[in-house]
Amino acid sequence: MTTYYSEEHEWLTVEGETAVVGITQHAADQLGEIVFVEQKEVGDDFEKGDDIGVIESVKAASEIYAAVDGEVTEVNGTLEENPGALNDSPEGDAWIYKIKLTNIDQLEELMDLDGYKAFIG
Amino acid sequence: MTDAPKRTPLYDLHVELGGKMVDFAGWEMPVQYPMGIMGEHNHTRTKAGLFDVSHMGQVILRGEGAAEKLETLVPSAMTTLKEGKARYTFFTNPDGGIMDDLIVANAGDHLFLVVNASMRHQDIPHMADNLDGIEVTEIFDRALVAVQGPVAENVVGDLCSAARDMTFMQTMVADINGVECRISRLGYTGEDGFEISIPEDKAIEVCRAFLAHEDCEPVGLGARDSLRLESGLCLYGNDIDNSTSPVEASLTWAMQKRRREEGGFPGADRIQRDLAEGTAKKLVGIRPTGRAPARAGVEVQDLDGNIIGSITSGGFGPTVGAPVAMGYVATKHSEPGQKINLIIRGKAQPAEIAALPFVTQNYKR
Repeated sequence: MTTYYSEEHEWLTVEGETAVVGITQHAADQLGEIVFVEQKEVGDDFEKGDDIGVIESVKAASEIYAAVDGEVTEVNGTLEENPGALNDSPEGDAWIYKIKLTNIDQLEELMDLDGYKAFIG
Repeated sequence: MTDAPKRTPLYDLHVELGGKMVDFAGWEMPVQYPMGIMGEHNHTRTKAGLFDVSHMGQVILRGEGAAEKLETLVPSAMTTLKEGKARYTFFTNPDGGIMDDLIVANAGDHLFLVVNASMRHQDIPHMADNLDGIEVTEIFDRALVAVQGPVAENVVGDLCSAARDMTFMQTMVADINGVECRISRLGYTGEDGFEISIPEDKAIEVCRAFLAHEDCEPVGLGARDSLRLESGLCLYGNDIDNSTSPVEASLTWAMQKRRREEGGFPGADRIQRDLAEGTAKKLVGIRPTGRAPARAGVEVQDLDGNIIGSITSGGFGPTVGAPVAMGYVATKHSEPGQKINLIIRGKAQPAEIAALPFVTQNYKR
């Protein structure tokens, strides 16, 4: 398992051709208290850069952008009832999607943890 | 605006308290403190919050007949405003729209006004140009803070016992910690509370005294917005502006009978016509059925897909525990309980017209 990070503050923990996807603690902290998450459905496919969901905080609405091409294989349904979990454990229980990667080479364009830490300064 | 944002007399205190500073209407203001918007909102509803509102314009009108002359610019009764009382009103334009909303207090030998931060550059010359023989003085050397919430009476009363006896919309000058302040029992959160004008060099000291109360915490602009929204209070620039008449905005209550009948303020023709004939659209409360907040600009449709209005303010209401919004809809759709759809990111989301306020106002009458 390897975890990658995007400049849009998402993390992907990859195992083979699948990945668990979420937002980073840094992103959650910046968004403020999260009150609503709009997610795609199982079977939806998307390309890198697509808008694959929306996170609404007490402050504003923010899009979730796909870091890679893929297809949704599982949606974390607990976020609908408990969006605040994204503030508490965005890199743990409050993952957003499980996806199937359709262009594995794109992972090379993402950052590792050290790179991401440097990115957010 | 290319100018660097201005700082209020409380800037250093905000930074010390961990305030997250943002540019708001040309002012560097705390949007939240470490407690967070939701926590600050709930703290204000249950205990007491301290807000810096020094970015708002404090203005003194002095001169013979100031109240009478001010009536030529606003549709509320000013000549009957008793000494020691304050009143909510708005400047109207010749088309009957709202140029800004404000509070006017009768301070005895002068009128004390508080206008919106974003509009002070407009309001001061507007008054100076139109109030003949009246001295219009903008105050730059005083902070303005609000202490709001059910425990506000104790927070302020512990330092100034006379404040306990004040009722809603009363105003007076009194010492707090040995500092002469103007204290008014009002605010913009829907809760009981006070707005206090403090000499700038004593502002941090007085605020520290408020914060020394165990139930008083600093609150930023984020929670100020969700508090006023839940309480059904209009935000100038969002819910009311130069195009909306006070009748459309359901602010008829702020125009006393004599003024409505006699007119004599800018746009009286349209406002009197709106009063007599009703208006095509009306400001209402809106409750989304689901959890998605509907923010300003969201289109409102009837169940047949016809556009009937739009949201002007919206977000999550922490006390309500659900999204809340305000907006204008066609008057025939404005009855509470009517089902509507909100077009959020291209999808119709069910919602309902709701009575305002969403949360019972809790003033000390």
